[in-house]
Amino acid sequence: MAEGGGAHSPLEQFEIKSLLTTLEPGETMGLVTFTNSSLMMVATLVLITAFLILGMRRGALVPGRMQSLAELSYEFIAGLISDTVGSEGRRYFPIVFTLFMFILFGNLLGMIPYSFTFTSHIIVTFALALIVFIGVTILAFVKHGMHFFSFFVPPGAPVAMWPLLIPIEVISYLSRPISLSVRLFANMLAGHTLLKVIAGFIGLLGVFGVLPFALVVALTGLEILIAFLQAYVFAILTCLYINDALHLH
Amino acid sequence: MPQLDPTVWPTQLFWLAVTFIALYLIVWRVALPRIADVLEARQRKLDDDLKKATALKEEAEQILADYEKLRADAQASAHEVLKTANDALKAEAEQQTAALAAKLAAQTEEAEARIAAAKASALSSLEGTVSEVVMAATEKLIGVKAGAQEVDRAVSDVMGSQAKGGGG
Repeated sequence: MAEGGGAHSPLEQFEIKSLLTTLEPGETMGLVTFTNSSLMMVATLVLITAFLILGMRRGALVPGRMQSLAELSYEFIAGLISDTVGSEGRRYFPIVFTLFMFILFGNLLGMIPYSFTFTSHIIVTFALALIVFIGVTILAFVKHGMHFFSFFVPPGAPVAMWPLLIPIEVISYLSRPISLSVRLFANMLAGHTLLKVIAGFIGLLGVFGVLPFALVVALTGLEILIAFLQAYVFAILTCLYINDALHLH
Repeated sequence: MPQLDPTVWPTQLFWLAVTFIALYLIVWRVALPRIADVLEARQRKLDDDLKKATALKEEAEQILADYEKLRADAQASAHEVLKTANDALKAEAEQQTAALAAKLAAQTEEAEARIAAAKASALSSLEGTVSEVVMAATEKLIGVKAGAQEVDRAVSDVMGSQAKGGGG
């Protein structure tokens, strides 16, 4: 989508730019083109790996700071799974943990000025949500076979209501990946756009620019909270979907 | 909005797949087992230490109980020994007291007998002396030589009545 306005559109920060190669005019990006988004994904991968591997390097009985953080993240997600799914959820710990850390680090890295937030792109969040949706659906079929379709019939509903309720349940089920992906994408998009818009006023207002500046500082704190919160929401919804798949109702 | 430009989707999906799968494999195969190992080792160490502490505590309690028992036994036996010794001493003391009392009584009796004998001999010798004095006094005063038998009878009457009267 072409940017019509000035050079400092609030949406400019979401543009995907090729970093290693320059594109000819009219040339579209290839599959493996290394972009600012790719860079942040690789940075996320490297940082999480460093966080987990280097933090646990010593494997000390009494943990240091980094080891405490790594253990804390482990126990946080482990607690989340055991609370929502129970002991059967242990098998799905790696995928939930990976999703949580990937989204959390992606969101937090995006808070660094002039960096890029790959979770602010609907295609990325939708792909992540699809992993969950498809995985959970396969899990439910493997676990329950054709009995899985009873999931779309609310227990205790009168048969007369089925023609109404079943389509609602099916739509509700199919909209899961959409709500899951749009929630994260919209939060990141709105937060970063708002920050950019308010930051734009700082220069325009001169001395009074201190007011939007203070607001930007406060909103940055809020955004860091949201970065964490959205990763948590994504992880807990994944756990709830896994629980649904395992127990249907 | 750059998000809605489909030409930038393939590269994002490709790099997302690469990085996410790589991260998943690292997390699944390396990172989580390592954290789990460390946590498990810590839990095991804690359990071991707790178990060891419990065992040591039990041992200490056992030792304390043994010690208390020993102490009570020792106290009881000491008490016993003390009591025996006390009883023996008391019996001996009583025996000695009785022997002493008997000895004293014998001595008293003997002394009394000796005193009585002495008194009797003193009295009899006194009677003779008094008779001689009375005879001498009578001769001197009235110039009559009293018969020895009469004087003796008179003196022994007086002496006997005085002795009977309580030495007045």
